[in-house]
Amino acid sequence: MSAHASSAPALTLGSPVPLTRLARVELRKMIDTRAGLWLFVAIGVLTAAAIVLFLFFAPPEDLNYFNFAGVALTPQGFLLPILGILLITSEWGQRTGLVTFALEPNRGRVVRAKVIAAVLVALAAVALLLVVAAGGNLAGAQFQDGVGHWQFNGGRALGYTLILQFSGIIQGLAFGMLLMNSAAAIVTYFVVPIGFSITFGLVAALQAVAPWLDLGTAQQPLFEFDHALTGRQWAQLTVTTASWIGLPLVLGYRRLQRAEIKSA
Amino acid sequence: MIEVSGLSKNYGKHRAVDNVSFTVEPGRVTGFLGPNGAGKSTTLRMMCGLTRPSGGRATIGGRRYSDIPNPGTQIGVLLDASAQHSGRTGREVLTLSAMVMGLDRRRVDQMFELVGLTQAEAMRRVGNYSLGMRQRLGIANALLGDPSVLILDEPANGLDPAGIHWMRTLLRDFADRGGTALLSSHLLREVEIIADELVVIGRGQIAAQGSKSELLTGSGTLVTGPELESLATALKTANLSYRTDDHGFIVDAQPLAVGTAAAAAGVVLSELRQADGAGLEEMFLQLTADDARDEVSV
Repeated sequence: MSAHASSAPALTLGSPVPLTRLARVELRKMIDTRAGLWLFVAIGVLTAAAIVLFLFFAPPEDLNYFNFAGVALTPQGFLLPILGILLITSEWGQRTGLVTFALEPNRGRVVRAKVIAAVLVALAAVALLLVVAAGGNLAGAQFQDGVGHWQFNGGRALGYTLILQFSGIIQGLAFGMLLMNSAAAIVTYFVVPIGFSITFGLVAALQAVAPWLDLGTAQQPLFEFDHALTGRQWAQLTVTTASWIGLPLVLGYRRLQRAEIKSA
Repeated sequence: MIEVSGLSKNYGKHRAVDNVSFTVEPGRVTGFLGPNGAGKSTTLRMMCGLTRPSGGRATIGGRRYSDIPNPGTQIGVLLDASAQHSGRTGREVLTLSAMVMGLDRRRVDQMFELVGLTQAEAMRRVGNYSLGMRQRLGIANALLGDPSVLILDEPANGLDPAGIHWMRTLLRDFADRGGTALLSSHLLREVEIIADELVVIGRGQIAAQGSKSELLTGSGTLVTGPELESLATALKTANLSYRTDDHGFIVDAQPLAVGTAAAAAGVVLSELRQADGAGLEEMFLQLTADDARDEVSV
């Protein structure tokens, strides 16, 4: 220990920890453990695997940039929410919250840092997707007689992709805060859509209103980015996003603000 | 300086911490002593803004913990040595904290040296650490920001006798440089070795507080002799209250008064001295015994 503070009991108050620094720490915390690192590796591998499978098994006339990007979207969409969940729940499951919130007692700032980190990861995932899809398209044209065109509806497709991937990771954060337990949050995240499809299968009357109730159903048009969403579809997306992402986020944030941060 | 006033915490109907007040002065090592489940950890978490108090407040240097910007550089906190991601290396744990606080990374290496962990140990995952190593890592994490206040929950737990001695030297140095140190323990012996001041808590309430010398001595005079019956008569005659001990009597009076009483009655003494901390020890045993019985019956 170097030169020590004076014997005066008063504290020498510095400036608060900048949000950018907190966000950098949160990004690092996502990849500095084996579990976190493998999740990132899995996202990369699955993205690439989807492209490769499509390259070899899709008919040549389907091999264009637009389709390559589309197939990589789903595997990413599975894993990004898990990343979001673990970003929150590891503070409880691994009890690191005791240190995290002792170093930054303003819990809202910690959550904001995590949201920034999550959004950056989703952006990186989409960038990876676009690059790998481009590689797939080039390879498709070269080796598989693919049509290889690059028509992509640029802005719209990119916008829809970002909405999907942001929604996924933010929903993960929200479920993580709401349930504060990795297993519970991950299971809930995957069981809710299954529950919906079973319900809709059994109760035919509900099928008509499904896009107003189920986020997955409402998000379906986003995957088909050659068609723009209708006003009605946007409304459905807004309603389900508010109830399945917005509401859990607000409730989870309130829970996290009040929760006791302890080791046991 | 740490000031805790009227701090309380209810869990449903259970009052885990009940109107706890004490101060921790700079330049002193203060031990927060109490049996398991007495409310020590809850009190410490409330002091650090991790648990919301049901009543009362705690301030450090006149401010609530949550109002202190970048608190890691002012207050070193160790609330649970095992509360670290088991998949991170010790070095990574400190690096993250250093990043939050905005410290030079070289500080991390200095810390490992200070707490006696080798570079090889620093590169190991925390999941492979012994409890003693985790405590050292936790202490390093608390000291990383060069704070003037330390709040440590059971830091000596899992340390071997040499480790406890090391901890004493470390905290002694810290206090001698003007630091304010508060550490909790459920072991009287441990706190006796490390602390100058004591705050004793039992069932959520402060049971005693004061300097170690006040609490460990001055709890009566031990007197014994070959003729215990005439000694008892002499004490009664002098109006001194006493109770029987293994060897003789513990008298609620100074040794001089006891000696005078014995001399007046012409009773021979074989031992006359200040009783050793029996008051605190007994009180602590009482507090512990009640809780221990609860645990057995559960």
